[in-house]
Amino acid sequence: MTISVEDLAARQVDPTKPLLEVDRLVMRYKIKAGEVSAVEDVSFTVHQGEAVGLVGESGCGKTSVALSLLRLLPSNAEYVSGEIRLNGEDLLFLSNEEMRQRRWKEISMVFQGAMNSWNPVYRVGDQIRETLDTHYRGVMDYDQQRTHMEKLFTAVGLPPTMLDRYPHEYSGGMRQRAVIAMALACSPQLIIADEPTTALDVIVQDQILKELKRIQKDLGMSIIYISHDIAVIAEVTDSLGVMYAGKLVEYGPTASVFARPRHPYAYLLLRSTPSITGPRRQLAPLEGEPPDLLDPPTGCRFHPRCPFATEQCERDEPPLEEIGGGHRVACWHHDQVPELEGALQR
Amino acid sequence: MTVTDTTMSDRSARMNGQPLLEIRDLEMRFPISRGLFRSPTDFVHAVDGINFQIAPGESLGLVGESGCGKSTTGRMLVKLMEPTGGSIVFRDTDYERDVAKLHGSEVKEFRRRAQMIFQDPYESMNPRRTIFDTVSEPMAVQKIGTVPERERRVLELLRLVGLTPPENFLFRYPHELSGGQRQRIAVARALVMNPSFVVADEPTSMLDVSIRISIMELMTKLARELGVSYLYITHDLAVARYMCDRIAVMYLGKIVEMGPTEEILARPQHPYTKALLSAVPVPDPSIRRTPVEIKGGISKAINPPPECRFIERCPFAAEVCRTSPHPPLEERGEQHLVACYRVDEIDRELAAKQRELDARAV
Repeated sequence: MTISVEDLAARQVDPTKPLLEVDRLVMRYKIKAGEVSAVEDVSFTVHQGEAVGLVGESGCGKTSVALSLLRLLPSNAEYVSGEIRLNGEDLLFLSNEEMRQRRWKEISMVFQGAMNSWNPVYRVGDQIRETLDTHYRGVMDYDQQRTHMEKLFTAVGLPPTMLDRYPHEYSGGMRQRAVIAMALACSPQLIIADEPTTALDVIVQDQILKELKRIQKDLGMSIIYISHDIAVIAEVTDSLGVMYAGKLVEYGPTASVFARPRHPYAYLLLRSTPSITGPRRQLAPLEGEPPDLLDPPTGCRFHPRCPFATEQCERDEPPLEEIGGGHRVACWHHDQVPELEGALQR
Repeated sequence: MTVTDTTMSDRSARMNGQPLLEIRDLEMRFPISRGLFRSPTDFVHAVDGINFQIAPGESLGLVGESGCGKSTTGRMLVKLMEPTGGSIVFRDTDYERDVAKLHGSEVKEFRRRAQMIFQDPYESMNPRRTIFDTVSEPMAVQKIGTVPERERRVLELLRLVGLTPPENFLFRYPHELSGGQRQRIAVARALVMNPSFVVADEPTSMLDVSIRISIMELMTKLARELGVSYLYITHDLAVARYMCDRIAVMYLGKIVEMGPTEEILARPQHPYTKALLSAVPVPDPSIRRTPVEIKGGISKAINPPPECRFIERCPFAAEVCRTSPHPPLEERGEQHLVACYRVDEIDRELAAKQRELDARAV
């Protein structure tokens, strides 16, 4: 058997072909007080070689989406309906063992605190080797594993000698690079990066994001970036989804969503991010607090905080509708949002 | 006795243009223990001889990577840490003291004038005390006012920080509030004594974007109305842009560049500031940043060599940097101070590189 990972060779990418399709996913957490509607009717598609971003504030369900895709949800979570198809195969119908074989190998992950998840008493190299042992048992011998890991480390910008070091000998940025090396170990088609650089200093963050982007291009992988930091997402993604209270409220090409946000929440979120470039413009504050997902508002979940809310918003849930160019918005009044620009100037 | 708020105008009027805080050669060295009975021979030079001033009502941003000494500086200014050297002269209307030399009851008196807001609103409050207890605690410690008077003052502050109606918050506990509300409580607690100076250590970095904006607006509004000066510690230059009149950039215990906020952002001169600014992601996919690349992460300042602190990571380091001591902060433009020997050469080198890139692009 030959392994494609050997050379970390670029995969042939067809950007029109879907890799991962999330279709009307509904997921709830059962707690004592009732059911928390954490992911509500979320649909999006990640194409081959595409970088997709999910942004939103804490509690909006972005991490729940990530965990759903990996089937790593806590035991009180329940998939209510929907499908998650990877290369056409519904992940929700796989057995636990089948799913385990796909993790790391087909979908891998880089989590926020991941750099602190290394076991302190084992060498980093040995911990990566464990993944290779699981997925390439009897395929790679000891020396091949070593060569492969050295290539991985070189790819993420670490000296291969660091493989023999313990986690405490690494700095924060190096540990996060090692996590990325591990995520690449089995040459996955999709990486889910949940706040991959949040705990890092800005210069290190910049280096790691560049590295990730380069590797993604070189290897022909797809990435889902999840972050609350809109500036980071703006720089590294091709498509962007904005989540609010468990719902995807806007989705489209990153440039288009940034240039013309059409959901009032997305608009206010993007316009409330301070930037060091451009004129020092007025930031838009968002009034109120995100809703309690035990008892989400009826109709549009944003209506209690929305400047355009009408009776219809309170009553009917707006569908995520295409407004041209692959840009989709879930708002009854999306054509009014440009008016906000004028209101903010005043 | 009760506390009443002063306004900006009467505060600065009484100060005759003197700075509120004047920091000279401030230094903090942490000993590294080498065994129980051995006296330490190695020191971390967390803050290493820094100088700056803060005017009444001014807000100075202290930015830098983790471990650069910015929080240590903040803590020393409010006497939560004892500096190992230097002076912190604090001048209020009827008050002038070297904070570094205060002892006992003098410290308590000083705390009426200087307060602190911490980063994590979930950890900086006692979960078993009500909002009233938390906000009125400085008054209780200072033995100011009767309980009804304190209650009136707390209500006044809760209204000021936008928690309305304040009566509903008085006897609630921190766990009943959201992160943004808690940080409002922290602001109220810091302002309850009507201080003239507040150190805010990353007050918004734990908050979501939309809530962050409202806390930032609240703090600027109150600073203007009450004439409070801030030392605003942050790693986020974009936030500093909205909060601060001036910015000081710290690197390994030294201030490497200081100046008016927009000036620093538009014309950074120190190579570290340039690199820092070029690494900040921009929330607009149509903008391409011009990279100024430097090596890896920050090191620790353990017994640092005398030459420039930035030398190891500096892509422009030359002979002069290796043979001279750490460069002094020198004025290079109005109020714009830079600690680098090669400012002009670096500008020329970067301009040449840019021309080369442009030429290749054509």
